[in-house]
Amino acid sequence: MLIYAVKRLVYMLPVAVGVSIVCFLLVHIAPGDPLTAVLPSDASAELQAQMRAVYGFDRPLPVQYGLWAWRVLHGDFGASIATGRPVATELANAVVNSLILAAVATCIGFFFGTLFGVVAGYFRGSLIDRLCSTLSVLGVSVPHYWLGMVLVIVFSVELGWLPATGGGPGGSAGRSFDWAYLQYLLLPAITMSVIPMGIVARTLRALVGDILNQEFINALGAKGLEHRGIFRHVVKNAAPTAFAVMGLQLGYLLGGSILIETVFAWPGTGFLLNAAIFQRDLPLLQGTILVLALFFVGVNLVVDIVQTSVDPRMQRA
Amino acid sequence: MTAATVTLPAAAVARSPGYWSGVARRLMRDPVAMAALAVIVALVLMAILAPYLAPNDPSKGMMLRRLKPIGFAGFPLGTDELGRDMLSRLIYGARLSLLMGVTPVPIAFVIGAAIGITAGYVGGLPNTLIMRTVDIFYAFPSVLLAVALSGALGAGLTNALVSLTLVFVPPIARVAESVTTQVRNLDYVDAARASGAGAFTIVRVHVLGNVLGPVFVYATSLVSVSMILASGLSFLGLGVRPPEPEWGLMLNTLRTAIYTQPMVAALPGVMIFITSVAFNMFSDGLRGAMDVKS
Amino acid sequence: MSVDPRDRGGPAQPLLAVNGLVKHFPVKGRGLLGRGGVVRAVDGVDFTLLKGETLGVVGESGCGKSTTARLLMQLIRPDRGEIVFDGEQLGAGLDLRSYRAQVQMVFQDSYASLNPRLTIGDSIAFGPRVHGVAAGKAMARAHDLLARVGLEPARFAGRYPHELSGGQRQRVNIARALALEPRLVILDEAVSALDKSVEAQVLNLLLDLKAEFGLTYIFISHDLNVVRFMVDRVMVMYLGKVAEIGARDAIFATPGHPYTAALLASMPKMDPAHRTMEAPLSGDPPNPINPPSGCRFHPRCAMAEAVCASDVPALGGVRPGQVAACFAGQPGSGHSRAAAA
Repeated sequence: MLIYAVKRLVYMLPVAVGVSIVCFLLVHIAPGDPLTAVLPSDASAELQAQMRAVYGFDRPLPVQYGLWAWRVLHGDFGASIATGRPVATELANAVVNSLILAAVATCIGFFFGTLFGVVAGYFRGSLIDRLCSTLSVLGVSVPHYWLGMVLVIVFSVELGWLPATGGGPGGSAGRSFDWAYLQYLLLPAITMSVIPMGIVARTLRALVGDILNQEFINALGAKGLEHRGIFRHVVKNAAPTAFAVMGLQLGYLLGGSILIETVFAWPGTGFLLNAAIFQRDLPLLQGTILVLALFFVGVNLVVDIVQTSVDPRMQRA
Repeated sequence: MTAATVTLPAAAVARSPGYWSGVARRLMRDPVAMAALAVIVALVLMAILAPYLAPNDPSKGMMLRRLKPIGFAGFPLGTDELGRDMLSRLIYGARLSLLMGVTPVPIAFVIGAAIGITAGYVGGLPNTLIMRTVDIFYAFPSVLLAVALSGALGAGLTNALVSLTLVFVPPIARVAESVTTQVRNLDYVDAARASGAGAFTIVRVHVLGNVLGPVFVYATSLVSVSMILASGLSFLGLGVRPPEPEWGLMLNTLRTAIYTQPMVAALPGVMIFITSVAFNMFSDGLRGAMDVKS
Repeated sequence: MSVDPRDRGGPAQPLLAVNGLVKHFPVKGRGLLGRGGVVRAVDGVDFTLLKGETLGVVGESGCGKSTTARLLMQLIRPDRGEIVFDGEQLGAGLDLRSYRAQVQMVFQDSYASLNPRLTIGDSIAFGPRVHGVAAGKAMARAHDLLARVGLEPARFAGRYPHELSGGQRQRVNIARALALEPRLVILDEAVSALDKSVEAQVLNLLLDLKAEFGLTYIFISHDLNVVRFMVDRVMVMYLGKVAEIGARDAIFATPGHPYTAALLASMPKMDPAHRTMEAPLSGDPPNPINPPSGCRFHPRCAMAEAVCASDVPALGGVRPGQVAACFAGQPGSGHSRAAAA
């Protein structure tokens, strides 16, 4: 098992390096000189060359990458062009906010997705099954940023129950886990939970159907086990896959939260990305994307290892 | 050949219906898929015939009639924040929205299938190199990759199309590679090699026909994702620029109107939703129709 | 049988001579560095095949029969060894393309060996098309062959593989193999997956076709009854090596290798009086990753002695036309049953 974990880790390393190369190159596919954002447009050629040397832009690309990667490994993502603050500082707070949102959304989505999926799989072919299946198709097809707007219209504008936007009563500064804070979290989390809900429901419906068709479940039925007993076996066998899907979704939501965070002005990484794009703050863009992508890679790795330790049959070659 | 010659005219041979006509037949019997197809055809017709269908000029606004409600005289779906006719803008919006949402998938299908089939058929070290590179792009969540690429490239229709295409190439290449690897190891490919055919002929006659089908079904399932992502990019301001009518962009510019005309503000999203659901259901139907166990 | 214009050396020259054929497959290791062993699937196989004969290849699964077939067909490249076809060495005097026009193969799985998206006619015509025959002519040949293998062209040429029965599909595969007018056809368990009644029909068809087109067959099978019916000579393989080769009647009457004897003893008998109750071969064949030293059969052999574990026996004469790789029959080998030198 340990050997497998190390093997997966070794396999992931080149992927992580590749991801960092892609992030590094993002700045270089951007139109124009990366310096134009820092320098006044009337800067003399001499000053430009000087700055180029300061930033290392005069060196060959692989050397630039090496230097950049070395700094990143030491937690130095450079400074934001817009605010002048270190990107790492900007990121730290935003990542926590995004994680809270993504984690709550994953839990909600997982709970309802499991509920719908297991019920649909258990009563396959019934009206409930068809209802759940339709819901999950709608769940994966809905433009979630629009769903966010609709929820705001219903619960904030029309009913006035919940605040429309924002990261909490104290802005982005304080997080106190009370009702005042939860009010702000609720709508974006519910909106976001729709994405994993549909996927979890689909996966579990298929899984439960398969498990129920297996011989040993029939044998349990023949032994006179009650519905509840069979159900417990189903849950026990479906749980590893369900948790794996949940883990992957958490990574995916964290990386894909930009649209929802924009709708709700949630002060997370998505919001940061949005700001970085519009101020052409390339160091901030680069750093944020790198952190999110590496997080996704890491979650994949952890899910893979945990899943195999629970069920060794899952081992990939 | 020493056997008696019994040359037959081609017309005398009873030809069984091919695989694809069977798929079409099963698809026609699926009411959900047919309904979804009807919606898709209607949306495409709407985009093509927009100048004939739209009651008003989609770009002409008037400050006096800003944000009128649904059912307002002369403007059945109200007006937007610049007083432009919502119905006409939604109809015209189909053009750019479908263009942005649909085109990345066929382009990515061609590129991804070419990459995946090459990697799968050649195998060995080239396969490892190609697929490890694909894995790197696959390691990004799709939304993040689309936003990262178009964020770096800058806003605009072409950049958005390039970004979305790049997002869909890796997953398609992965599916194409795994299907090709399976097919390559089947006996009929060996039999074709034994008959002395070259790699190119084998791929053309024996591999493509058996690989493109499953990859195509997978690609159709991505159209719905692509629609949402494309409009999402416009919603972020990374797609088409105002004042072009595009559903995602309209949703963005109407965001401030949710307090005054919430129903009108939500309309462009309804269009995106309908399109996305239609493509998703059609793709499900197609998968079912192609899944023959014989 | 008319004289084939492609015949070079006359009837006395072997159609195929195989020398020192070796194929090892690397196995993925379990260790972190992935260091694994090799499967010695085919480990030094030599034999010759006369024109117009049928050579049966028998052995347990995993003995290297199918790998040998694929090596002969050049679907996988041998690590070592030469193939001489009618006096010309493959790769030297004979190029792969013209070799493949003369050697064809029929696979065991009749369904997997036909492209599901091509009609039967197109599948058969594919080979000739590759070799430059015009479309119309290739299809006419496909129709001829369908008729010849007992499938009415008008009914079958336009059909797809899944619409046919297993026996019909295997007839199509035979027609496909014959479409290039080969001189040698390798039949790799070609009838093993068929029902017994269908099997008999296909076997008779194969015999008819052989006579009609002057073919030479390599007939690979695990079914000794079928082999006895079909072949002129038998080659017995064990763990990637040849255990014994000889004329059919000699092999079946007086096997020269204890492994051959054990295989024969395990044959199902029609006569209840001759049925054996004990299993003549115990256990599975040893792992081909680490084959036993010396004679690879010695751990399962009742006659094994010290020499069998230390030295590798070469093929030696048992009687005219029959050779076996067993020390017990080789004078001077040091085995107690062998005559002293």
